[in-house]
Amino acid sequence: MHLVLFIIFGALCIGAAINLLVQKHPINSALSLIVVMGSLALLYLLLGAEFVAAVQVIVYAGAVMVLFVFVIMLLNAAEEERTPHGSRVATLLGVPGLIVGLGIGIWVVLRYAGLDRIAIGGPEILNGTEGFGNPRAVAQLLFRDYLLPFEVTSVLILIAIMGAVVLARREE
Amino acid sequence: MTIGTYILVSLIKIAIAVFVLLTGVAYTTLAERKVVARIQNRWGPSRVGPFGIWQPLADGLKFIFKEDITPPFVNRPLYLLAPILSLTVALTAIAVVPIGPWVTIGGIHTPLQIADVNIGLLIILGLTSIGVYGIALAGWSSNSKYSMMGSLRATAQMVSYEIALGLSLVGILILSGSFSLRDIVDSQAGTWLGFIPKWNIFKGQFVAFFIYIMAAYAETNRIPFDLAEAETELVAGYHTEYSSMKFAMFFMAEYANMFTVACLATVLFLGGWSGPVFGPAILQAFLPIIWFVVKVLAFIFIYIWVRGTLPRFRYDQLMAFGWKFLLPLAIANILVTSLVVALK
Repeated sequence: MHLVLFIIFGALCIGAAINLLVQKHPINSALSLIVVMGSLALLYLLLGAEFVAAVQVIVYAGAVMVLFVFVIMLLNAAEEERTPHGSRVATLLGVPGLIVGLGIGIWVVLRYAGLDRIAIGGPEILNGTEGFGNPRAVAQLLFRDYLLPFEVTSVLILIAIMGAVVLARREE
Repeated sequence: MTIGTYILVSLIKIAIAVFVLLTGVAYTTLAERKVVARIQNRWGPSRVGPFGIWQPLADGLKFIFKEDITPPFVNRPLYLLAPILSLTVALTAIAVVPIGPWVTIGGIHTPLQIADVNIGLLIILGLTSIGVYGIALAGWSSNSKYSMMGSLRATAQMVSYEIALGLSLVGILILSGSFSLRDIVDSQAGTWLGFIPKWNIFKGQFVAFFIYIMAAYAETNRIPFDLAEAETELVAGYHTEYSSMKFAMFFMAEYANMFTVACLATVLFLGGWSGPVFGPAILQAFLPIIWFVVKVLAFIFIYIWVRGTLPRFRYDQLMAFGWKFLLPLAIANILVTSLVVALK
């Protein structure tokens, strides 16, 4: 059952991601990205991490992507122009070749790291600590064991915000 | 209980909840018109039945019979998606709100709640975050200046006040230690000194309650924060190009959001269904639900009262209020609450 659900949501995710690349208008790409974020949240739910799934929806699908859509609307972005010369070689050989190459690369890496015996299963296989996805467990990891990376990440985001403000100032 | 019984009971609860919510939405429109009218020293709808009782029915029939015009210049998929998204999200949030304690009806032991999830509060916050897309896409797809300006303003306003809304609820989380709405209500049971109820608003979350009210008014685009849809400003803002049933869907979504906010305030700050329980056994079974409904209706009355009383904010005042006042106040509330809890 888990395998079936994983395949459905994974296919939704990949389909939306490919649609993101294929669409010509940026608003359609942004909406496809929202579907990607949502299906990632569903995959987190399948793994038993309900807190992370909810936060994924609130932060990514509900705030970050709203700002993306907002900017596209504000700047009135138009459809991409189609350049007249596409490359037939790229279309016929490139995309399948890339997929095959990536597949072989991943297989080689996993094989030699000994991870090719990963099974797709439910949360039972993940060490089974009681309530491992609930907010209390996440909070203990975040605010006790990994407090320093947490604080450093917030400083990093603050630096990014200040950089954006400085770059966007008009010369007065 | 078996999975079949569970699904059947859940479907019955969903049907009752949606029916009650939609009827409540319809009669809230009547209540709003009557209360605002009385504040303005006039009668309000009083022709269509005694006290205008059948007015929402008349409005519904009007919307159904109105011509549904789809302008030719709109982006059709998004134009059709936007009201659907708004209404769906608004109606879904009622699924995690607990209305009463566990009951046993005909041998089936079930909570008066459609889904008791252990992250109920986060689900409602997530749903309100997704609801912003209904407004953003409505303005974008309409391809018209008024709609675009209205929806940009409404989107920026909703995103800004979502932060203050979420942060004002962190104080409640610190006090009750759980995201599940049922646990939060259960932590507010009982009284001090026999008559002061142990509601969160009396446990020191007074400031948080006011931050929540103001952020909620901004989230649901109600006066004093309704610049995005005010008639004198932007024709009708993001739903200018919508007619008949699609406009009605936006309308219903706005009132359903009001209900969700009122239910959430009742559950988080006013103790949910706690209240004096007295009388014969049959009355005792219904009293918690009655208390819950009374508190929700009181909250909605305050919503309408504010609408009839205050003028609206200018847009820059609105944004400055959200970022420069409510957000630091909410963070200060978290600080004070955690200090008090830690030093206890």
